[in-house]
Amino acid sequence: MSVIVILLIASISVAALFLGAFIWNIKSGQYDDEYGSSVRILFDDTSKETKTK
Amino acid sequence: MEAQIAERVQCYHCGEDCNINPIQLDDKPFCCEGCKMVYSLLNKSGLCEYYDLNQNPGINQKIAVRQGKFAFLQDEKIVQQLISFKDETQSHVTLYLPQIHCSSCLWLLDNLPKLNADVISSKVNFVRKEVEIIFNHTKFSLEDVAILLTSIGYEPYISLNDLGKKKPRVSRKMIFQLGVAGFCFANVMLMSFPEYLGLEKSEEYLQYFFRYINLVLALPVFFYSAQPFYVSAWGSLKQKFLNIDAPIVLAIFVTFFRSLYEVLTSTGSGYFDSMTGIVFFMLIGRVLQDRTYQRLSFDRDYTSYFPIAVSVLKESKEIPTALPDVKVGDTLLIHNEELIPADGIITRSHGYIDYSFVTGESIPVTKEMGEIIYAGGKQKGANIELLVIKEVAQSYLTKLWNNGDSQKKEQLEKKSFVHALSRYFTVILFSIALITAIYWAFVDPTKIWSAVTAILIVACPCALLLSNTFTNGNVLRILSRNGFYLRNAETIEEIAKVDNVVFDKTGTLTNAHKHDIEYIGEKISKETEQQIAALASQSNHPLSRSLADFLGKNTAYSVADFSEETGKGTSGLVKNRHIAIGSAEFITGSKNEHEQGTRVYVSIDKHFTGYFTFKNHYRQVESCIDQLKNKVALSVISGDNASEKGALGRIFGTNSKLLFNQKPDDKLAYIQSLQKKGNTVMMLGDGLNDAAALMQSNVGVAITDDSNNFTPASDAILEAGKLNKLAGFIRICKLNKRIVIASFILSIIYNIIGLSFAVQGNLSPLIAAILMPSSSLSIILLTFGASNLLSKHEL
Repeated sequence: MSVIVILLIASISVAALFLGAFIWNIKSGQYDDEYGSSVRILFDDTSKETKTK
Repeated sequence: MEAQIAERVQCYHCGEDCNINPIQLDDKPFCCEGCKMVYSLLNKSGLCEYYDLNQNPGINQKIAVRQGKFAFLQDEKIVQQLISFKDETQSHVTLYLPQIHCSSCLWLLDNLPKLNADVISSKVNFVRKEVEIIFNHTKFSLEDVAILLTSIGYEPYISLNDLGKKKPRVSRKMIFQLGVAGFCFANVMLMSFPEYLGLEKSEEYLQYFFRYINLVLALPVFFYSAQPFYVSAWGSLKQKFLNIDAPIVLAIFVTFFRSLYEVLTSTGSGYFDSMTGIVFFMLIGRVLQDRTYQRLSFDRDYTSYFPIAVSVLKESKEIPTALPDVKVGDTLLIHNEELIPADGIITRSHGYIDYSFVTGESIPVTKEMGEIIYAGGKQKGANIELLVIKEVAQSYLTKLWNNGDSQKKEQLEKKSFVHALSRYFTVILFSIALITAIYWAFVDPTKIWSAVTAILIVACPCALLLSNTFTNGNVLRILSRNGFYLRNAETIEEIAKVDNVVFDKTGTLTNAHKHDIEYIGEKISKETEQQIAALASQSNHPLSRSLADFLGKNTAYSVADFSEETGKGTSGLVKNRHIAIGSAEFITGSKNEHEQGTRVYVSIDKHFTGYFTFKNHYRQVESCIDQLKNKVALSVISGDNASEKGALGRIFGTNSKLLFNQKPDDKLAYIQSLQKKGNTVMMLGDGLNDAAALMQSNVGVAITDDSNNFTPASDAILEAGKLNKLAGFIRICKLNKRIVIASFILSIIYNIIGLSFAVQGNLSPLIAAILMPSSSLSIILLTFGASNLLSKHEL
């Protein structure tokens, strides 16, 4: 069997993984609130600080 | 004089201007007790980062929310319908908080569990302005959640619309189908390259390998991704109508089965690359065209305006009752700032009702005991009691609304010109296929099959569908960027056909929140003006607020002995002068029956000095009206009296129709009469009283000052500030059709090239593979380029 066959199977599996990741992304609702996530990442996590005060 | 104008002091919480003596806490100024309360609450819980993220992020708390407002949430029946999930200890609820506006809001609401340990989690969806809260219902009720949110300034908006029906989730199926098609298309293309370039004899076994992989990859596209086309084509065939999807489905089927046959019999490599590509591109077009605006809703009916429950008085007890259970003969207790949900007669105290939801007019009207009031207004001031004379679903406005609704449905069967075009195309295509078949039957019968299938593959009207969906999608995008949001792509075609534009006046042509103010009477000094402003700024009446804005807000005077009579006027002592402003009756003691427009009378030390006149402030529409005047018939239809006829006449010219004193059903009848004459009518309005006319018109456009606001059901929503671009918007919609046709002509050229190969019976996969993407891509580029270029020119 030629090496190209193995390569192709590998490349399609990798692509299929990405397709799976894409579907998972959409299903989990990551694109439902585009603004929220972009802002949340900038918040400092101060929860522990304030509790120990 | 200058020394008297104090420096602007902004409330630390909400950013409103404070009075001369702001309330202080921790060296921070606050405009009112409410704002201070929120601050101290957040401070106590260590949530002051709220104020670091944005300056003055809070929501003004001057108008306090009534205690017991959420008492209806004690009703288990109502709670059950609001809660989306419930187990032994936890309840999930999604609440709409229209106040959400910045990252501080997001941060605070996400941190709700810190404020109260019984809130297990809360997550904001910023775009939808919703928060999903999970709370421990054994210790904390839904009412407590609502009170907690209200205490930090985010009063949940719970409307009748939330009752019962669950909102359908946004469908993501097409996105999945698109993803699968994209994956398969790209890989099929990859696998097809060896075939295009040719393989050496020694590697022939690879060819079969590639072909079978292509076949496997084409299966999900054929069975899953292409489903929307099958559904649409089948639906149209059932109605005995040939839409554009029917020939496309035919082409997909022919391509798939011919390719399948070729691969299985080892006679060729098939056209899987073309098939998957076509489906992929067409799906992109569909997704672009069907995009929705999450924060806008075009289908609002009266239930989203109405509260979920009201207080019914039974044996002098207030019983919160779900709105659908309110019966004729019940007595309702309407509190300050509450909506009147049903037509009724005032039985106690007097109403002071803001009908801005209904008419767009922001100045409240006074109603005395015994008068009938219609649903839709908002009570301002003291509580009133109301005897219900018509049930909620039977009230004047809701009946009108339902009326318009049923008539609209009949028009829904509008057919796009694209379908008609595709039908001609299909007829021509079949004739070519037939002629080719007959020709080969005589010359070389073995070639019939391959030639005919090749024709059907090459010449499917997918290019037409592509150009249509991509142009529509792009035009929708351009319009929405300019503040004009359309319900769907069909609306573009409807707008292009409009030959009659009808405007509502109040709130549409005029800005309900702005007035042109003029003072008439004895001369008063600048100082006195400032003193009047100080008095006016104490009142929450819209006219007082306008007046305070007009005269200058930041006066250094303080008001003593302030008193206000709802709907009549206010008075107070400013620098030991007694100043009073209000209605003619309040100031002069006698009613002025002949007054034109709205006036506020002034007296100083009991001496009548003059009055301010308030005229509607017209939005900037002159240039737009000028452009429209020559192209379409214009009319203005107003519920007000004819006092503004002169001003409107100057803007609209002599050829336009100006109608006054029109009731909501007159507006509806007017639209119907125009349509009977064969006109395609666009109606622009803003209030509930236009709702029926908006629905009846071919294109109903709701005008809004703030696109987050509630708008009546309509085909399009236009930001009020962009009204002057209306003429440009209409022109773009007209150009839309031309762009579609132009790109269609381009695609026909590709088709002719493809067909010239196909009729000879030697369409090689390579030619198909070059023609398909190049025609698709050039069409996409052409439509995007042309629509962007033209809209830049028009706007």
